[in-house]
Amino acid sequence: MEFLSYLISGISLGSVYAIIALGYTMVYGIAKMLNFAHGDVIMIGGYISFCAMFYLGLPNIVAVLLAVIVCTVLGVVIERLAYKPLRSAPSLAVLITAIGVSYFLQNSALLIWKAAARVYPPVVEGSIQLFGGRLTVSYVSLLTIAACVVIMIGLTAFVNKSKMGKAMRACSEDKAAAQLMGINVNATISATFAIGSALAAIAGVLLCSFNTSLMPTTGSMPGIKAFTAAVFGGIGSIPGAFLGGLLLGVIEAMAKAYISTNLANSIVFAVLIVVLLVKPAGLLGKSVTEKV
Amino acid sequence: MTQKMSKFKSLKKTTKVDFATYLGVIVVFAAVSALQSGGSLTRSAIGLLVPICCYMSMAVSLNLTVGILGELSLGHAGFMSVGAFTGIVVSQSLLDSVTSAPVRLAIAMVVGAIFAAIVGLLIGTPVLRLQGDYLAIVTLAFGEIIKELINCLIIGHDENGLHFIFNPAGNKTVDDLGLSATGTAIIKGAQGATGTATIATFTAGFILVMITLIVVLNLTRSRAGRAIMAIRDNRIAAQAIGLNLTKYKLMAFVTSAALAGAAGALYGLNYSSLQATKFNFNLSILILVFVVLGGLGNIWGSLIAAAALTILPEALRQFADFRMLIYAIVLIFVMLATNNPQAKAFFQRLLPHRRASAEKED
Repeated sequence: MEFLSYLISGISLGSVYAIIALGYTMVYGIAKMLNFAHGDVIMIGGYISFCAMFYLGLPNIVAVLLAVIVCTVLGVVIERLAYKPLRSAPSLAVLITAIGVSYFLQNSALLIWKAAARVYPPVVEGSIQLFGGRLTVSYVSLLTIAACVVIMIGLTAFVNKSKMGKAMRACSEDKAAAQLMGINVNATISATFAIGSALAAIAGVLLCSFNTSLMPTTGSMPGIKAFTAAVFGGIGSIPGAFLGGLLLGVIEAMAKAYISTNLANSIVFAVLIVVLLVKPAGLLGKSVTEKV
Repeated sequence: MTQKMSKFKSLKKTTKVDFATYLGVIVVFAAVSALQSGGSLTRSAIGLLVPICCYMSMAVSLNLTVGILGELSLGHAGFMSVGAFTGIVVSQSLLDSVTSAPVRLAIAMVVGAIFAAIVGLLIGTPVLRLQGDYLAIVTLAFGEIIKELINCLIIGHDENGLHFIFNPAGNKTVDDLGLSATGTAIIKGAQGATGTATIATFTAGFILVMITLIVVLNLTRSRAGRAIMAIRDNRIAAQAIGLNLTKYKLMAFVTSAALAGAAGALYGLNYSSLQATKFNFNLSILILVFVVLGGLGNIWGSLIAAAALTILPEALRQFADFRMLIYAIVLIFVMLATNNPQAKAFFQRLLPHRRASAEKED
């Protein structure tokens, strides 16, 4: 029973990682950049929903929607101002700019909301008892897992079936050729950032509900872990990000429960290293054969 | 005299740049030392001298991996951490046997460099098979692992030698070391190293920067250095002409780790108390920012960026809460100004002589 409860908490943490990783992987697949500011968009999403619920007294669902809208706009604005001028620049320059944006968001949050951690009550209260009360599963865990599955399926359908999704796949393969086919590359990249940031907002709400706390650095470690999850599953692949996120969450929960709390992150990263050494393109990544 | 001049003129351009770099560092060191002894530096400025030297050395050594070898490493702080804590253990356990502080510092830095090199070799051997972002994420992972492992270490020293405890459950304390009455604890798990004798000096920092420069510049200009750059520019072509990829990649990676270890030892011995969490992902990123802002493969640039970006947040102290915000904005703007095609063209119009040289390069 204990094992089952750790497993469920692992899956629900993993679902949060998976939602963040989906955003990472979408942006990486198309813009070919590591968006280090992604973790901080999560944190902003958390704060917006927090403020909407407590200072404005809006119902939870409206607060979440507001967070999604603000983060979507934020993501598009960041892309326009900071990343778009660097479309043709070396990837490291874009990476450093992303780090600058990450610092900017973190320190803005520090100024607006101060450093002290806030108590973030779960967006849905309560839990259900299973097996005659021996297993307690909170509604937040169930909501997180359900949200993750819905997002994964929705995103896969969107990328595979819709016209915009087709444009995204074309851009990720060859931007120049996509442009020649009449695809508006800049609009496609903006749309990708919008989707990624909207997912980040949802992840922010779920992450804060899971941890029940919120501060300006809330997003950085989950951001790094989700990035790891995306690489773990094969970066650029949507099912890969989902699988990577879930596995990472479960490994982390199990390591915390059965091995050592202090070494949980080390164990997660050690598994990542072993996987990458055996399968250098990640679990579901396509290994590209080099042509000479 | 004229003979000497012509000899200087006949030197290669790279050699001239190298000598100018050495000379520049020596001149700056002399100037800062003069200012310091003249008493015109504030306390906070003096406190920054050793960290700046460490960061310069870190930036130059990371430039070897990122700029010269062309592999993105996000775990450079991990090597610094290994060097720092090895250095602290060595220095603290030699407190009685080696009384001369400079000698002890030198031993600590050398041992720190050796340990960091060993860790670099262990990490590099499997990891350098990967490429690009995958290599980056694995170095990041190693940096985090090193941080957590050191956080679980308890080390003490008495007349019987060193005592170690590895404490993953977090339930052991210094008392479990079994130290004798005269023994002292050096590293106390998550509390880190406390009560370290601070023996780092600005002169040692200067020597460290000079050694780093000599090692990196000589390696870059050597046959091995040309091989490393060939691998960066075209891996397949380099392999086709018979270069041993693993050997040269490891050479650059391990050298870089060793130099980071020496810098770490100096850094560690500059503070009486130090925690492993100091050497986190953000520090690795900070050093990467120095390297990229200074220009990949540009040693001069790394030195200046490291110094400028360490001083900038301090200089902005009067803006208190806003200083990191300003730092972030400056960082974004510098990256946009130096990498955006339109911005570049704009700056070239402002500076006519640069336009001429840019055209010549084309």
